[in-house]
Amino acid sequence: MKSLATLTALTALAVCAPVWAATVTYDLTIARQPVTITGKPLSKVTVNGTLPAPVLRFKQGDDAIIHVTNAMDEDTSVHWHGLLVPGLMDGAPGHNGFAGIKPAASFTYRFPLRQTGTYWYHSHSLGQEQEGLYGALIVDPAGKDPIRSDRDYVVLLSDFSEETSPEIMANLKKDSDYYATARRTVGDFIHDVREMGWSKAWKNAQDWGHMRMAQTDLADVTGYTFLVNGKSPTQNWTGLFKPGEKVRLRFINASAMSFFDVRIPGLKMRVVQADGQNVEPVAVDEFRFAPAETYDVIVEPTGERAYTIAAEPIDRTGFALATLAPKEGMRGEIPAQRPRALLKMGDMGMSDMGDMVMTPEDMKSGWAKAGTPEGAKALSYADLRYAGIQPDTRQPDRTIDVTLGGNMERYIWTLNGKSMAEAEPIRLKYGERVRLTFTNDTMMAHPMHLHGMFVELENGQPMEKLPNKHTVIIQPGKTYSVLLTANEPGEWSFHCHLLYHMMSGMMTKVVVAKLDAADAPVDAHGSPQPASNGGHAHAR
Amino acid sequence: MRANLITGVMATLTALPFAVKAEVMADHAMHDVDGFGPVYHMIRLEADTGAGPHGAVSSWDLDGWIGGDTHKLWLKSEGTQGKSKLEDAEAWMMYSRNVATFWDAQVGLRHDEPDSATYAVLGVNGLAPYYFETEAHLFVSDKGKVSARLREENDLLLTQKLILKPYAELNVQAQPDRARHTGAGLTDGKVGLQTRYEFTRAFAPYVDIHYGRKFGETSSMAQSQGDDVTETIGTVGLRLMF
Repeated sequence: MKSLATLTALTALAVCAPVWAATVTYDLTIARQPVTITGKPLSKVTVNGTLPAPVLRFKQGDDAIIHVTNAMDEDTSVHWHGLLVPGLMDGAPGHNGFAGIKPAASFTYRFPLRQTGTYWYHSHSLGQEQEGLYGALIVDPAGKDPIRSDRDYVVLLSDFSEETSPEIMANLKKDSDYYATARRTVGDFIHDVREMGWSKAWKNAQDWGHMRMAQTDLADVTGYTFLVNGKSPTQNWTGLFKPGEKVRLRFINASAMSFFDVRIPGLKMRVVQADGQNVEPVAVDEFRFAPAETYDVIVEPTGERAYTIAAEPIDRTGFALATLAPKEGMRGEIPAQRPRALLKMGDMGMSDMGDMVMTPEDMKSGWAKAGTPEGAKALSYADLRYAGIQPDTRQPDRTIDVTLGGNMERYIWTLNGKSMAEAEPIRLKYGERVRLTFTNDTMMAHPMHLHGMFVELENGQPMEKLPNKHTVIIQPGKTYSVLLTANEPGEWSFHCHLLYHMMSGMMTKVVVAKLDAADAPVDAHGSPQPASNGGHAHAR
Repeated sequence: MRANLITGVMATLTALPFAVKAEVMADHAMHDVDGFGPVYHMIRLEADTGAGPHGAVSSWDLDGWIGGDTHKLWLKSEGTQGKSKLEDAEAWMMYSRNVATFWDAQVGLRHDEPDSATYAVLGVNGLAPYYFETEAHLFVSDKGKVSARLREENDLLLTQKLILKPYAELNVQAQPDRARHTGAGLTDGKVGLQTRYEFTRAFAPYVDIHYGRKFGETSSMAQSQGDDVTETIGTVGLRLMF
């Protein structure tokens, strides 16, 4: 089992002479087999016999050759989340002529590693991502890593269900409340009356009733066991350190549906990378991240003691737990579960509110309330500054509006009012700089992921410091915008990374058309590198 | 004989969506049916037994659909079996189309026993503000008689699992229908309270009590025939979701 990957040739040479590209080959076999995590064996999707899939590691400049064999009796695919790759190699069926990998067939992914950082890979077929097809993918810098650490661990979080993803999808379609475990009760209403008086409590109940929405709608699916690197809280994944060492933790949210609030009581975390892209270090006590987002942090544990990595989903239905300790078998204190937030009117899309009278208190976001203690610092998107100078600082030529919508009652999710089946692709000219303005008209947060290209958050930082992201949380009822330089030709999937939202239609295509050389922008602003390499790649 | 008929009708209605789905799946290797989207289903069945003014009664209520986000085949069946006779039974089959966020428009057929009457059905089904589950249907019988029915229900959560469901139903008719012993205008109505315990969303035992009464001309007709004008029925039952 240890020989999961075959590293062929030249790696030693690559270390000495980073300008020389090495070819790194992996063989991945995808199969269904019984996996026991919660006590009973369940048929899940494994890669080379493991769940999660093995960590794939490359150096910048390497050429990756990844042979994927499908040993299941259903189609599969592997998408390299956050990697800049040629369209065909992106692994999203229905895009760039990629039709998925049929049962008993195989596909060879070939692409050069043009970037560095912490990424991950997962299935883009049906619900296989929920069922185990996810793993970390790390690209180390060819030279010295500007982020110095003594130890380096992947901390991959996921939500494991005893059900299959088709069962979960079918249950949500039967009743979108199927998994709701914290619906408002008569007792909650009486509590509200005591707390805020009859008229306010009644008005609150009336407003929500009028909208036919649930104030407790933080997560659509429950019943999960939360895992760290495939280990349940009782199995307790442990990362070792010597006191005083700098430990790099590569947090990857590989869950299907769960936003996590992450903290390590007793340790400050220095965030050095977001979605694989280096950022100027920012010290925080905790951060919230969505499915598909990643953050690299540096911690410096000094004591001869165990520290608990505690990640709790925003609906507070448990913890993903792991330990940092000087030796195996130790366990730190497990923090108490924080209270579950309640949504407020401020989490509702403007268009829903009609003529309701709002007080400033009503307008606050309930969703964003993480229960961060007084004086503690939680990471905000506004803190992120690109750790370099962005190559393209042009103002956008145009703005593309993307409205996130849905029908919670029927569990239908849409982009610009349309589900995947009906949607027209968003068409961009090669080299064009655009602003994407998201308006979230739903009461849930949506992590929007664009394949093939990074977007830059318009987070108030100067243009040359805007952070790159592959996945952007759009909070309930809010508007948020990002910039995009369309410098990767191809058809790119663009979707909500909550698995059952994507499966229910919250997905479209972004097409970057490269017509001919004349259409390419004049490179006066240091415009970014085109994706010319990798065009030779082909399937076996 | 009757019992067999009811069992047969119910089994057919319950199995039909699965049969249709299997057919659809067999035709299309993929989960998606071209131009239609994935096919899902929901069947809710409530079956109970208890006591009314004339002794033991059993009743059932099946409500379900098979289809996609927009187009659905909607099935309903409900009825009451008295001590020695089938008091009433309905089987519905409708095309249901999502026309607004919370609403489906429906059109189809309803067949009643023991009257052996068939109706064309036109109506809406959805969620009204303040979470009122609403059904409103208009019927035209094979004799050309026009009637309508409105139903409301609401869930009140005492806890996450213990749920009160108050409900109400009203029936009206445009013309008298001698065969059904109903007059013109408001014919009858019912209010009830079901208390269920959801062990899971798909398995919930319940107790139910409801009060029904006849109105106006229908009430007079019942009185003259020596039939009950009001009735109170208490039952225990099981609610399942497939």
